[in-house]
Amino acid sequence: MKITVTVNAVDHTRVVEPRLLLIHFLRDDLGLTGSHWGCDTSNCGACVVWLDETPVKSCTVLAVMADGRRVTTVEGLASGTRLDPVQEAFAACHGLQCGFCTPGMMMTARWLLDNNPDPTEADVREAISGQVCRCTGYENIVRSVLRAAGREGAGEHEPRLRVTPPQGGRAVHPGPGQVRR
Amino acid sequence: MQVPAQVEYEKATSVTQALSLLARYAPGARILAGGHSLIPMMKLRLAQPEVLIDINPIQALRYIERAGDELRIGALARHADLLAAELAGQHFTILHDAERVIADPVVRNWGTIGGSLCQADPSEDLSAAFAALKGSMIIAGPDGSREVPARAFHTGPYETVVGPAEMLTEIRLPIRPEAGSAYVKVARRAGDWPIGAAGAAVWLADGRIADVGIGLTAVGAEHFVAAEAEEFLRGQPAGEEAFAQAGQIAAAHCHPASDQRGPASYKRHLVSELTIRVLRTAVRRARGLAPAPGLAPAPGLAP
Repeated sequence: MKITVTVNAVDHTRVVEPRLLLIHFLRDDLGLTGSHWGCDTSNCGACVVWLDETPVKSCTVLAVMADGRRVTTVEGLASGTRLDPVQEAFAACHGLQCGFCTPGMMMTARWLLDNNPDPTEADVREAISGQVCRCTGYENIVRSVLRAAGREGAGEHEPRLRVTPPQGGRAVHPGPGQVRR
Repeated sequence: MQVPAQVEYEKATSVTQALSLLARYAPGARILAGGHSLIPMMKLRLAQPEVLIDINPIQALRYIERAGDELRIGALARHADLLAAELAGQHFTILHDAERVIADPVVRNWGTIGGSLCQADPSEDLSAAFAALKGSMIIAGPDGSREVPARAFHTGPYETVVGPAEMLTEIRLPIRPEAGSAYVKVARRAGDWPIGAAGAAVWLADGRIADVGIGLTAVGAEHFVAAEAEEFLRGQPAGEEAFAQAGQIAAAHCHPASDQRGPASYKRHLVSELTIRVLRTAVRRARGLAPAPGLAPAPGLAP
C-alpha cells in the first residue's frame, strides 16, 4: 500500500505492507534511528513519537495508520543546530545514562511542557509513567524536565537523593536511615 | 521481533463505509481503532484477522457531548478525551477516577473508549464503570442501530454482543439527580492491569439509597456487576453499616481466580474493601461533601 507520511515536516512516500509497524517504518524505511524499538508491547515507551499533536507508542501503531498524518520524532526536536530546551536540560542534568529511553522520554517531555508549561514534579512523573528507564535514572530525568520548564530550583546543584558511602568497601543497598530526602 | 501476520487494510471515513466494508469482509475482518490491544494480539497470533478496517479517520465518531438527560460518548473518543472532558467529570466522577488509572498518558492518547469495550478484557476498567452507571451501548449494523444495556454488552471474556458485521458507535449514560460515583483500583505498579477494582454509582432520595450500581473489574463478576449487593442496598440508609454488608455480599458472589497478581482470597478481600470505599466516596459526592480528587490521587483513593 502506498502511503505518504509527513515526518519532521518532510513528506515521505513509500509502498509498505499494511502489517509494517510505524517504528520499523521510521527506522528501517526512512533511516530515522533516533526512535528506539524496545519492548514491542507498548509498555516501555522507547518508541514514543508524535502522531499529529500527541505522543504515541509507535510499536503499536501501523505505518499505514500514519498515512496522511504528521509524525514528529526526536530528530525533529531541534531547530537546525539549536537544541530544544528539553534536549539541553537532559544534557545539563545528566538526564540520560545509556540513552535508550531518552528519545521517548524527550518526546513526552516536550508534549507535557507544550500543554503544561509549569508542571509540578508529580505532573512530570505522571507524564512519563508509561516509560521505562532501565538504568533507573528517573531522578535526573524528572530534574531535566523541570529544568526545561524553567524550574531552576529543581535542585540542579544539589542531588535530591543522597546515599551514604558504601561501608567497608562493599556496595550496600540503601536501607532505612541511609537515604536522606 | 514481533510483527503481525500479513493482513489487508482498508480505511473507513464514515460509519456507513465501515459497515459496508464489514459486510464485504466479515467474519474475517476486525475493526481497528487505537489498536493497543488488537495489534499486540496480532503480533502474538492470538488474533489473525484477514482484513483490518481502520476507523480512525471517522472523526464524526470522536465526541463527548450532552444530549438531553444523557451523556453521549462516541466510540472513537480517546481515553485522553474522556479524562479531559469536564462534562464527564462533572456528572460521572467515576469516569475520571477510572481514566486516571487506565494504562499511561501516552497509551491514553491513542487508545479508544469503544476499542476498550469491544476488546472486553475482564480486567478492563471502563466496562465496570459503565455497568455501574447503567449506561447503554449503540451498535450499528446493516439493518440500522440497536441499543443494548451496558450490563448485557459482554457475553464473556473477550466476547460481546457486537456481531461480525456490526460496530459499536456510541455509549450513553443517563444523567440523574442526587447522584455520586467513584472508582478505585489496586494494581501492582503504575499503568498495570488491576489486581482488583470496584466502581459505584449511587442515587439518593431522602438519605436513602434509591438506586445503586456496583461494578467490579478483574474478579470474575458476571457482567462486571455485583448484582446481589446492589439488590441488598436499594432502600437502605446510605451509611457505613450498609456499605460493610454490601462489601461482604459483593465478595461472596464474585469468582476471582488465583494468579500471579494474587490469590483468590486476597482478591475477595479487595472486593469487599474496595466496594465499601467506593460506596462511601460515591455517597459523599452525591451529598456534595467530598472534594474532587487531585490530578494524581493515591492508588488507594482518598475518602
